[in-house]
Amino acid sequence: MWPKLSSESKGAVEAEVEIRNADGLHMRPAMQFVDVATKFTSDITVSNKENSVDGKSIMQMSMLAATCGTKLKIRAQGPDAQQAIDALRELVEVKMFGEPPPRAKNSNK
Amino acid sequence: MKFSDFICFKAIIPELKAKDRDGAITELVNALVKGGKLKSSQSAEIIKAIVKREKEASTGMGKGVAVPHVKHLAVKEAIAAVGRSSRGINFSSLDKQPVYSVILLISPVDNPDKHLQAMENIFKHLQQEKFRKFLRQSQTAEQIEELLKEVDENPSFY
Repeated sequence: MWPKLSSESKGAVEAEVEIRNADGLHMRPAMQFVDVATKFTSDITVSNKENSVDGKSIMQMSMLAATCGTKLKIRAQGPDAQQAIDALRELVEVKMFGEPPPRAKNSNK
Repeated sequence: MKFSDFICFKAIIPELKAKDRDGAITELVNALVKGGKLKSSQSAEIIKAIVKREKEASTGMGKGVAVPHVKHLAVKEAIAAVGRSSRGINFSSLDKQPVYSVILLISPVDNPDKHLQAMENIFKHLQQEKFRKFLRQSQTAEQIEELLKEVDENPSFY
């Protein structure tokens, strides 16, 4: 069986994720992100509106300083790109780095 | 956010006396007290909180720099102190190397975005080799203050 070899055989996979924990992408979540990203061989870049950084560098990830509600674009390129994107999306949006979402500001809603 | 928005220039220590992490944190918090940013009655509790945070995961992220930090009710705005050590401090860094430059940040409890903005600024510069080198080579508080203001004001520094 031949693997599908298109011009993008080791194609990039992209996803937009939203930061959902109240404290945003501070250092501890950034470290968790890097820990997950480095498990994959794919190159991983993360972008906000201004910057595009290496998803495996804690210093660069800390620089994104994404607040709650910020949308980030994750791009993975390499043999395990899809798995990487799936794992990172789960960390950011489902597990929310093990942190709570914002408290509802209006209790009378 | 810029360095001058949150760095207390009176809390710059060009040569830390401490050889270890907890000693360096203590010196920097005390510098913020002297600089008028914290009450002396609050310092012990803040030092304890920063050390506790540091034990959970080192903020020594490699390349000779560390950014110990905590969110605390004592502050309404983000404030930071800067310390330099020529011989290096054991910060249990990720790369197991000594730390030569420390930026200690205290952020308000109820404003996570402020904390992130200060962090963004700190790491934007710390990831630049030129900045790390200049900071490490500065020998006086004045030189460090000049460097921080230079990178604030001069986008072509890098």
